[in-house]
Amino acid sequence: MAMREPELLEVDVWRSGGDAGGQFRTYAVPREDAQTVLDVVTWIQRKLDPTLAYRFACRVGMCGSCAMTVNGRARWTCRTHVAKVARGNRLQIAPLANLPVVRDLVVDMRAFFDKWAKAGGQFTPTASRRDDFVRVAPDTPARREVDAAIECIGCGVCYASCDIVAWNPAYLGPAALNRAWTLQNDVRDGDHPARLAAVAGDAGCHACHTQAACTERCPKQLSPTTSIAGLKRMTARAALKGEL
Amino acid sequence: MSARSETRLWLAQRASAAVLALCVLVHLATMIVAVKGGLTAAEILGRTRGNPAWAAFYAVFVAAVAIHAPIGLRTIASEWLQWRGRGADAFWLVVGAALFAIGIRAVAAVVL
Ligand code: SF4
Ligand code: SF4
Ligand code: FES
Repeated sequence: MAMREPELLEVDVWRSGGDAGGQFRTYAVPREDAQTVLDVVTWIQRKLDPTLAYRFACRVGMCGSCAMTVNGRARWTCRTHVAKVARGNRLQIAPLANLPVVRDLVVDMRAFFDKWAKAGGQFTPTASRRDDFVRVAPDTPARREVDAAIECIGCGVCYASCDIVAWNPAYLGPAALNRAWTLQNDVRDGDHPARLAAVAGDAGCHACHTQAACTERCPKQLSPTTSIAGLKRMTARAALKGEL
Repeated sequence: MSARSETRLWLAQRASAAVLALCVLVHLATMIVAVKGGLTAAEILGRTRGNPAWAAFYAVFVAAVAIHAPIGLRTIASEWLQWRGRGADAFWLVVGAALFAIGIRAVAAVVL
């Protein structure tokens, strides 16, 4: 009996170089069961073109390094099945939007993470190692807000999906603001007023249009939109009290 | 502009939006009632002239527009035209003042 010919995927992959800064190049990749988009990219790099640059680490949806634009939408590629996103047998894979391309599918994430720092994304301790552990009851409202927003893996999918990031280069973006929101609800943190000032205004939470592109696309099903709305309430209250 | 001023602008825009929502409803309802009732322009002026309630209502309406519109246009100009900074802020302040002046002139014409 003749072996069944493997079904082929036609994959357009963004390649840097040339006058336009890059172009799509098409590769034929055998289709497999339970194949992820990252599997496809890896196959191309191993079997067809070792010069293809892309980024990944964990392959299980934890590290946040593998995000790319797949058929026009930002996605984590290691947990995205080809079967779910391929149009017929076609896939288009490009680097994340809203960040400068280093090469091929690799973007420079510096602006993304610098904005976490600008949004006061660092925990500021109020206790020393000689103090006892702080007890935070899991069912307090503040702790629940933190729980809902804490599982961010820093993949940049939300950042690449946000129009305001594209329109306003200073905008801190959904992930950084979401991070700030978790810290504003952390009773152990000692930097609430300064962080609130850092996330207010036209580069911060007030620039958000609340249209939730970030929330629709976040692979961890977080809602940066909700976190940003929380920051708006928090800053408004502080402004009315004259504390901002 | 400082984060504090920007937060206040945002608050002012939300608050003026709430006022506008109410004012627009009252304004539209009044117009429909007046037209359906077959009132002439002269009859309408007869009711608005010297009426402090209508004067106050439309003065508040105009103030809300003069606050709400320039803040929104400022945001649109910054996002779509990349026009931001002190010059832009000064311009939108002038737009707000002009809207207020034109609006108040119109209110004066029907209540004085
Ligand atoms: S909800 Fe806000 S942060 Fe999220 S994509 Fe829209 S503008 Fe960006
Ligand atoms: S909020 Fe979601 S989409 Fe944004 S960086 Fe975190 S995990 Fe990724
Ligand atoms: S490779 Fe780590 S999240 Fe995809």
